[in-house]
Amino acid sequence: MTIPEIESQIINEFAMFDDWIDKYNYLIDLGKSLPEVDEQYKTDQYLISGCQSKVWLQAYMKEGKVCFNGESDAIITKGIVNLLIRVLSNQTAEDIIQAKLEFIDQIGLKEHLSPTRSNGLGSMIRQMKLYATVFKMKGA
Amino acid sequence: MNFNIEQIRADFPILQRKIYNRELVYFDNGASTQKPRQVIDAIRKYYESDNCNIHRGVHHLSVVATEAYEETRKLVRDFIHAQNTSEIIFTKGATESLNLVASSFGKKYVGAGDEVITTIMEHHSNFVPWQMMCAERGATLRIAGINGRGELDLAEIEGMMNEKTRIVAIAHVSNVLGTINPVKEIIAMAHRHGIPVLLDGAQGVSHLPVDVQDLDCDFYCFSGHKMYAPMGTGVLYGKEKYLEEMPPYQLGGEMIRDVFVDHTTFNELPYKFEAGTPNVEGVAGLHAAIVYLNGIGMANIAHYEDQLVEYATGKLSELQGIRIYGTASHKASLVSFLIGNIHPYDAGMIIDKMGIAVRTGHHCAMPLMDFLKIPGTVRASFAFYNTKGEIDQLITAIRKVQEMFG
Repeated sequence: MTIPEIESQIINEFAMFDDWIDKYNYLIDLGKSLPEVDEQYKTDQYLISGCQSKVWLQAYMKEGKVCFNGESDAIITKGIVNLLIRVLSNQTAEDIIQAKLEFIDQIGLKEHLSPTRSNGLGSMIRQMKLYATVFKMKGA
Repeated sequence: MNFNIEQIRADFPILQRKIYNRELVYFDNGASTQKPRQVIDAIRKYYESDNCNIHRGVHHLSVVATEAYEETRKLVRDFIHAQNTSEIIFTKGATESLNLVASSFGKKYVGAGDEVITTIMEHHSNFVPWQMMCAERGATLRIAGINGRGELDLAEIEGMMNEKTRIVAIAHVSNVLGTINPVKEIIAMAHRHGIPVLLDGAQGVSHLPVDVQDLDCDFYCFSGHKMYAPMGTGVLYGKEKYLEEMPPYQLGGEMIRDVFVDHTTFNELPYKFEAGTPNVEGVAGLHAAIVYLNGIGMANIAHYEDQLVEYATGKLSELQGIRIYGTASHKASLVSFLIGNIHPYDAGMIIDKMGIAVRTGHHCAMPLMDFLKIPGTVRASFAFYNTKGEIDQLITAIRKVQEMFG
């Protein structure tokens, strides 16, 4: 699926929720179901630190596509990491670089990317695009 | 006098607003306090009828504005029971006050091989300036620890004091633990060794009556915005004998006596440390805030807030799995806690959705968080416009957090 198609899917999923409790319960479930990142990637080298919750990000190439694994020490952040990886992982470097990620605002979670840096998510998205740029330069 | 909570709450316009269609429960007073209408009106009035640069003109507005500014200086002097207005310096906040002392005192009094004493519980603004000043001047920063209740050990601190110690810089009240430090004893101890003491009063002056002569502290720093006054205002109190000797911090207009092409002489206290145009409208707001606080009485405020903290601590202790950080026998009005193993960011997000403003994270006290081995805490910090009913709402929200992350 393309990035816009996945974003649409997510927007539809979230449209089912009537109130914030259901939405956040879903986000918490997504956070709990995010696979753990291998310990070797939970080091400072892969850390995108925010002010409060930490985010670790690992990127690699597979069959011409850029793939990501990620994790956080806060569950709600993990839920959003889960969504971001669902949208951006296993896509071409160019598509990742161009992705506007409007779904975050559409599902009402824009506050999690606020510039107060209370989590690493804004930095994580920038880092994912940076990885994509580097892979592209290397001939992805 | 009658402490009328309904009247008090009505004085603060922002308490009427809704967050996510719920009434705002504002428990982030440690970060910044709300302003009563009297303070807001003072700022409006300043710009509507009194605005002018001060200390500079002979025209009427200038005289009026200057007089009002200097009246506030006297009011601050009386509020903290200082002796002279020359000891009251207006800054833009506690952080600037602390940086001023670290830099200026450091230049005058601290050299290679000297020592500065501080504690592990300090806010970054009373830690980093000393750390950097020591690094620059080849001095050592000695850091006193805390016990399991978040209290300092007087014997440990005295043990650190020696002939190389130049100053002790400590919080009056911890912004994370709520501990009211035994500052009077520490000051007496330090003075026996001939060492001056600076108090970071950012969390003190809004919750306790402060008497700098009784404490005998050598410096006391605080921010206006944490005591119901506008942002961008603050005070440095310093004993004249130190302020006279300390070199100026910022240079330029106002703080000079004469400027020649090859040298400059500096103004007398307090103006030596007030370069440039000050936040005059902020100081007008500070005036109104102090008048408002005096109207209620700091002792009455302290007594009411003690009840809030006691109530909150009791209610939190009834919940399963809550860990409270900071259980000193003398505490001011805040509670820091964690809910089981739930990350404070997660807890804070849910509590926020229930209309309650608490602060989560390291609270600008990373050394303390490292020492406690936690990523941060959830902090509910109270003011005299908060109520037990609001604390009950927080308890409901915490139960919700436990349910959602269970």
